[in-house]
Amino acid sequence: MSEQKPAQATILQSLNQAFADAMEEDEKVVMLGEDVADPEGGGVTGATKGLSTRFGEHRCRSTPITEQAIVGAAIGASLAGYKPIAEIMLMNFTTVAMDMIFNHAAKLRYMSGGQTNVPIVIRTMTGAGFGTAGQHSDFLEAWFAHAAGLKVVAPSTAEDAYGLMRAAIDDPDPVIFVENMPIYWTPMPAPKKGHRTPIGKARIAAPGDDITIVTYSGMTHRTLGALEAMKAAGVSAEVIDLRSIQPWDQEAVFNSVEKTGRCMTVHEAVKPFGVGAEIAATVAERFHGKLKAPIERVASPFAPVPFAKPLETAFVPDSQRIAETAIRLVKGK
Amino acid sequence: MKNTFTPDGPTQIEIFRRMALLKGNDERSRKVVTAGRLVMPYYSYRGQEVIPAASFVSLTDQDYLCTIYRGIHDMLAKGLPLKDLWAEIAGREPGTCKGKGGPMHLTYPKRGVMVTTGVVGSSMPIANGLAWASQLSKDGRVAVATFGDGASNIGAFHESLNLASVWKLPTIFLCQNNGYGEHTKYEKATSAKQVADRAIGYNMPGVRVNGNDPFEMYSAFREAVERARAGEGPTLIEAMTFRFNGHVFGDNDAYMDPAEKKAAMEADPYPAFRKKLVESGVATEAQLAEIEAKVEADLDEAVNFALEAPFADLKEVMTDVYGDVA
Repeated sequence: MSEQKPAQATILQSLNQAFADAMEEDEKVVMLGEDVADPEGGGVTGATKGLSTRFGEHRCRSTPITEQAIVGAAIGASLAGYKPIAEIMLMNFTTVAMDMIFNHAAKLRYMSGGQTNVPIVIRTMTGAGFGTAGQHSDFLEAWFAHAAGLKVVAPSTAEDAYGLMRAAIDDPDPVIFVENMPIYWTPMPAPKKGHRTPIGKARIAAPGDDITIVTYSGMTHRTLGALEAMKAAGVSAEVIDLRSIQPWDQEAVFNSVEKTGRCMTVHEAVKPFGVGAEIAATVAERFHGKLKAPIERVASPFAPVPFAKPLETAFVPDSQRIAETAIRLVKGK
Repeated sequence: MKNTFTPDGPTQIEIFRRMALLKGNDERSRKVVTAGRLVMPYYSYRGQEVIPAASFVSLTDQDYLCTIYRGIHDMLAKGLPLKDLWAEIAGREPGTCKGKGGPMHLTYPKRGVMVTTGVVGSSMPIANGLAWASQLSKDGRVAVATFGDGASNIGAFHESLNLASVWKLPTIFLCQNNGYGEHTKYEKATSAKQVADRAIGYNMPGVRVNGNDPFEMYSAFREAVERARAGEGPTLIEAMTFRFNGHVFGDNDAYMDPAEKKAAMEADPYPAFRKKLVESGVATEAQLAEIEAKVEADLDEAVNFALEAPFADLKEVMTDVYGDVA
């Protein structure tokens, strides 16, 4: 009897499938961004390939290089009943559109007393590893997670890339969808058509007993890559892939820390004032006096992302650093 | 310049009615704030009434408006009801936004008042999105972005006009040039001789009109509406006007030339248009007096309603941050 191999897909393919399925099901789902239509290549990484050919360039529309106008157009169309997916090619470029995102997308529901809402998805890719240096690699999720009215998600698997994208499109509020470039092309178990990953629900990426490691996006894979070294040192870690950063799944983290008594966070964003700090503070408030070790944050150092390969590699947390930190917290050395 | 369109008699009277409403509302707002009955940041639009009054008679309730913090005249001219407006600027529960938006964020989708922004220039990118929705739905609606001359220097202006032109959106960019961006005079802040000239760079029609002349304003705006509805794309209109009360109500106008201000106030378009309507026989003195009396009575009712209305329950601090996920 031959073993049936589960279907494989990459995050990129899964996102493309999510767009196609959503656009097929609901004509109000529209896409805009730089180079997203097929004549311009279907996106710089091909994430939107085929959509304009299939659904028309009026529904998958390439824009000028104009981030503020892209997000503004998405907001306006959403106020009129559409569900736009706006691509801001790189996360650093969201800064050009920050007024639209922070002052408008995030706040129009509140400032209008609930008369209007902004159901848009802003998808944006980032991550060090390609030598793109200081203005093309930053993880800025904490900026957005700090803005009441926005949701922020960052999948690490193909299933969740699909499931969170579908959930983000369904969502009645603006969702910042963070894509990590280095894990775009890795084959993983393929998503099922129509699958939704609820926003705000974490997943246990690996069960364990000694320490809870809270992470998300590409760092999930580096954390999983550290498990073997931990195991060799006699440390059993429970890895929580948050998937959603705002809101984040406190219940899942609390349940795990209740069991392990230790907590550390891992993210690629710089350490000060980051998502790890929020999680550490919340866990400390809840478990004061009950933790077996201090909460530690593994993150990038407080500097821009450097270009040179050895510097860039040293900048981003790797599996070795993650393992060493976890082992030290559990074993005390 | 010869006007392409001329408002008929009833339309002229309707323009006057809206002007009377806007003027009366501004005067009442300053009075109520001065008397200490209401505390709010107030950006007076007195002197700019003709622009939305003569323009928006060519719009329907379904057309969209994105306006700015000095835009209460725009909203009233678009049909936002007086009682809802006053309850909101008083921060009360029956206000359009339950008192959570206030005078700088009034919203009333039932009359197409979609966004009021407190950020200079930000009405424009969003108006484009509403216009894009109209283009997708083929429903013929137009989207109007109003803004001041100061906003023509911010990046959002450039990005928005460019995209609107490239996408041929039914957006009307209505610049109300009152000569000052906050405290800084036009000439000191703006490189273009006139804002309308900037349209050339976006390959769209740019027209400068006397925004205090109801006939010129009506014609230019209606032309822009017809272009937009016909799928011929956006228009930039620069309507020349003057704000009588400085940037924020209560500032001391020290940055303004007193002679310039005096001349502008002497050329107040309101009494001028009123006189013209009577002299041309379009309306009688009694008819106009009746319109004005109605405005005052409506304002009495709205102000009393607003100031007696309750504030929202404190739980509203945390509602409307997010919606319910289906």
